[in-house]
Amino acid sequence: MSCVLGSLLSDSQGSFLEGHTSLQTDPCPASPAPRTPPSHGPSGRPGRGCGQGIKGPAGSGLSYGVCALLQPSRAATMVHWSAEEKQLISSVWGKVNVEECGAEALARLLIVYPWTQRFFDNFGNLSSPTAIIGNPKVRAHGKKVLTSFGEAIKNLDNLKATYSKLSELHCDKLHVDPENFRLLGDILIIVLAAHFGKDFGPSCQATWQKLVGVVAHALAHKYH
Amino acid sequence: MVLSSADKTNVKGVFAKIGGHAEDYGAETLERMFATYPQTKTYFPHFDLGKGSAQVKGHGKKVAAALVEAANHIDDIAGALSKLSDLHAQKLRVDPVNFKLLGQCFLVVVASHNPALLTPEVHASLDKFLCAVGTVLTAKYR
Repeated sequence: MSCVLGSLLSDSQGSFLEGHTSLQTDPCPASPAPRTPPSHGPSGRPGRGCGQGIKGPAGSGLSYGVCALLQPSRAATMVHWSAEEKQLISSVWGKVNVEECGAEALARLLIVYPWTQRFFDNFGNLSSPTAIIGNPKVRAHGKKVLTSFGEAIKNLDNLKATYSKLSELHCDKLHVDPENFRLLGDILIIVLAAHFGKDFGPSCQATWQKLVGVVAHALAHKYH
Repeated sequence: MVLSSADKTNVKGVFAKIGGHAEDYGAETLERMFATYPQTKTYFPHFDLGKGSAQVKGHGKKVAAALVEAANHIDDIAGALSKLSDLHAQKLRVDPVNFKLLGQCFLVVVASHNPALLTPEVHASLDKFLCAVGTVLTAKYR
């Protein structure tokens, strides 16, 4: 392993690593993430990276947490939220009817992407859009999901911890492909747009897409 | 994925309702896409992407016109967009993942301007249609 790292770092001028300090293996959930070299925090997950910091090419003054190289997704651990973004999130959320919005988002997920129904065999009648929209289990579950989303909003700086148990649950017990979190996030955006109209402008959408992306990422974090 | 006759009816209905606003919707779709998915800007280094940009408006018009054309020839989207498909394969080579992003933003624009129009069924049909358009445009990539 150290040989691979050694050869990466000896790349002339460290050009491989420059501009790649927040390597992402999937679409960046926190785009635009600040492009600073990842700090090597005490993420301490045994068996996933040796936990040593590594100096960049001599004279470069750069150093890279090994975590970033061995676990690309970790580089975006700390998502940064500007004051404006926080404002856009809370002002929208303050006006959301969690029960209605949650029910609608889940119903639309099951209608627009019917294969997502695979997780809800015990929900009864999902045979038509009308049936899905009127289904009380869909409504209840939609409310549950969006209520949980509200927890994310209260813990923007600590999402991975907030969703740690839920992530394990979705992996180990529910066996939900994380792609479904992204699908639901996109649907939620559309429901919000329909609800807020012109008030859901481009920067509002951008902020909320970032939020749903980060939530999806946090929910997928404990997958193995 | 196949568009059912109900899907086709729904999509035609959407574009009939949008009517003359299609060009504005196209521009707004791009504006939202650039704001939400900054990586999409990499395809437009030669554009002024600032607010109210005439280039973005002009390009939005083209994008919208293509969608309208596809909707008007919904039984043969591949035929209707054949030249555009060639262009994307040979010259533009926009990575396929970006068509989904554009599609998402178009849905958001429709939703924000016409919430009553975008019922769940219409939403599903329009999403399928946008996927189909993306598939056609990337079909000749390799």
